[in-house]
Amino acid sequence: MTDEFVFKGRAWVVGDDIDTDMIYHGSYLPLTDPKEMAKHALEYVPGMEDFTERVQPGDILVAGKNFGSGSSREHAVITLQYNDVAAVVAESFSRIFYRNAVNLGFPILEVPGITRELDTSDELEVDANTGRICNLTKGTEVQGTPLSGLEKEIMTAGGLFNFLKKDMQTVE
Amino acid sequence: MGQTFAQKMLAQKAGLREVEPGQIVTVRPDKLLTHDNTAAIAKIFREIGVEKVARPEISVIVLDHVVPAATEGHARNHQQIREFVREQGIASFYDVGEGICHQVLPEKGHALPGYLIVGSDSHTPTHGAFGAFAAGIGRTEAAAVMATGEIWLMVPHTFRMSVKGQLQKGVYAKDIILYIIGELGADGADYRAVEFTGPVLGEMTIASRMVLCNMVAEMGAKIGVAEPDDKTRAWLNGRSDAGFQEVFADPDASYERAIEYDVSGLVPQVAKPHTVDNVVPVTEVLGTRIDQAFIGTCTNGRLEDFRVAAQILGGGKIAPTTRLLILPASREVLLAAVVEGIITELITAGAVVLNPGCGPCLGAHQGVMAPGEVTISTANRNFKGRMGCKEAQVYLASPATVAASALAGEIVDPREFL
Repeated sequence: MTDEFVFKGRAWVVGDDIDTDMIYHGSYLPLTDPKEMAKHALEYVPGMEDFTERVQPGDILVAGKNFGSGSSREHAVITLQYNDVAAVVAESFSRIFYRNAVNLGFPILEVPGITRELDTSDELEVDANTGRICNLTKGTEVQGTPLSGLEKEIMTAGGLFNFLKKDMQTVE
Repeated sequence: MGQTFAQKMLAQKAGLREVEPGQIVTVRPDKLLTHDNTAAIAKIFREIGVEKVARPEISVIVLDHVVPAATEGHARNHQQIREFVREQGIASFYDVGEGICHQVLPEKGHALPGYLIVGSDSHTPTHGAFGAFAAGIGRTEAAAVMATGEIWLMVPHTFRMSVKGQLQKGVYAKDIILYIIGELGADGADYRAVEFTGPVLGEMTIASRMVLCNMVAEMGAKIGVAEPDDKTRAWLNGRSDAGFQEVFADPDASYERAIEYDVSGLVPQVAKPHTVDNVVPVTEVLGTRIDQAFIGTCTNGRLEDFRVAAQILGGGKIAPTTRLLILPASREVLLAAVVEGIITELITAGAVVLNPGCGPCLGAHQGVMAPGEVTISTANRNFKGRMGCKEAQVYLASPATVAASALAGEIVDPREFL
């Protein structure tokens, strides 16, 4: 991985058990245009109703335990990607959200206890290669678990789609 | 050292002698389940640039989420799926009206012991009730399975849950799993495999085992599994020509956690809004007014569920302030309920019978709620807005609790109605 996987941005802190209906509600499932999908990111998270108006490209979402629980919908990842959220750092992820993020090439990082370390609007530097997070506002550092092996290969390829295309070209 | 069910299954499907938890393996699934999201998956599949589905024989497609189509958009979506099915020569396609994918797969002989099933639906673990390794996946990876016939999976750690004791009258598999989720929390089994075992499992019907495995998703688990036995074999008899090999955990397998539940003292449980782990005994929510009662879904839409509903509702009338929706999980279930006279009893009691499918569970159509309304449901999720309105509330309970509450117009203890 390269510098592409080092992100600097403002933190948005949300709580535990943010489920897929809160990230992207089921009533919007028929939408297929990612730009339309992007308008509904985090709409059902209490206090985040105007997130899509205030988010800046490169901002970093910081969540508590079990982020992305519930449905298998990939929209939950896509809606964040199309708001130019750089990465999600969470104390833990629900399994299918985690898989979907890897397979869609969306940087994620697990850092136990992270929500205790920072506040919304803190300036962060996240290194998805090493798993290190620097809080530039508070001058603190924490260490998370970076991806490795096949997961890392898929992520660095930009997701499963590009990973497979590359793979298939090699076969041909 | 012995191996868990998950270790044995993934080693076998990856062509390895042994695997360890945390290891990532590439496996060849026996079945790929997709539903109304097949149109979106087909689009990604085409963009990958492959012309033909690698293994069309493993693909099972069931239209269930919004059936019959509620809008032109849904209708076009279904149309695209039918075209894709024809173009790719996919034999196992079940159109509008057949039922919910998690009921149709077993009924049509696609969920067998020892099978590795991946599905683009989070309740795919339901098929673990037949001794299959069945996990939910996303759309892009479902497209990748179509393109390559393979998928990467992480070998999970396993929780072994042994259930013993004697269930009291009015207490069911739904109450057991709600209790467990309440204890462990919504992420209590994240990324884990859950092996259900113990005498209560042996006594349980297949339908009840499906309730347990269906809802492991609500505590984050990758799969849930029940050991196949004579009941499993009898249920599957005549449904498939395919041979299968049962897979069991070794007696000396190593578990991350082994938990014992004695359910003898368990009372009916209810999950309050807006998370599935917000579980209390029914006695704590008695008298909560309800506008709608809903019996059905991939969790509790089977014959035994409607039998108990008819037992409670038969000869009576639901409260005038309450609507009761009945949603059979499949055509087979609906037909059996008609033949038994259950549907007549439910309609006479005031129920609205919906066609087999996912119906109101995901809030897309049929029984969407208004602000301030309350539904008590046999489904598996009560997230904010789940049934179409974020100012509405959803309580989850067993079919008996829901049926009794429909009679009363408020949440009641079903044990007083049996």
